[in-house]
Amino acid sequence: MSFFFRFLMGGLLVSAFAVLADALKPKTFAGIFAAAPSVALATLALAVSLDGKEFATEQARSMMVGAAAFVAYAVTCLQFIARLRWSPLRAATASLIVWFASAAALWLLLLR
Amino acid sequence: MWIRFNSAAIRRTKPQEYAVRFVFGGAVTFFAGLIAHYYGPTMGGLFLAFPAIFPAGVTLIAKHEERKRQRAGLSGKLRGKAAAALETRGAVIGACGLFFFAFAVHTLLPTRPTATALSLATLAWLATSVMIWCLRSRRFQRRLP
Repeated sequence: MSFFFRFLMGGLLVSAFAVLADALKPKTFAGIFAAAPSVALATLALAVSLDGKEFATEQARSMMVGAAAFVAYAVTCLQFIARLRWSPLRAATASLIVWFASAAALWLLLLR
Repeated sequence: MWIRFNSAAIRRTKPQEYAVRFVFGGAVTFFAGLIAHYYGPTMGGLFLAFPAIFPAGVTLIAKHEERKRQRAGLSGKLRGKAAAALETRGAVIGACGLFFFAFAVHTLLPTRPTATALSLATLAWLATSVMIWCLRSRRFQRRLP
């Protein structure tokens, strides 16, 4: 039941931020909402109610590393689209390797 | 550069495109919870900043721009890529804000009520992102002749 509720909350929050991103101009500003904390809000709110504050605080600490990896991911994706002229889907999918690599490296260095 | 809210752009998005985002968002939240449940909060927390929805979002934006240009009889491929690049530039800024969101949750959650901590953290994300965006666009405007 909690997993269904998680799915519903995540879907709703992601859609809400996506609607905002669609309506806002200029595009660089709307892009901010592509990295909105929608998944984090849904997950952390549920984590507090199900597993307690300590669990959610630990998740937030780890999320800082994930966010740093997201910065590396987005910078790489931008280079692929703007400089190498890759299609947005190809660039965004290929850059996921950068997210995994930098998240793993930072996790090993800082959190393990 | 002014920030505008264009409600007509919401109507341009097809219902199935919203459905894709809803399913993607729900699935990512579901899997982030699953990972935290089985591998612990340290591993699960990483996936709270996983860019899973981003590829779908940036592709939709490029498609919208392409469609707009095609209606005017042009190919629109380049315009689509340019729109995607601008969106991604914004995502770099949003991701920096995401770091401050996580930092704020980590700092505030142990001492404040959950709703207050999450609201303040969202505000921290928005404030830092908008601040970086303003600084960047001001620098960009100064570079123009």
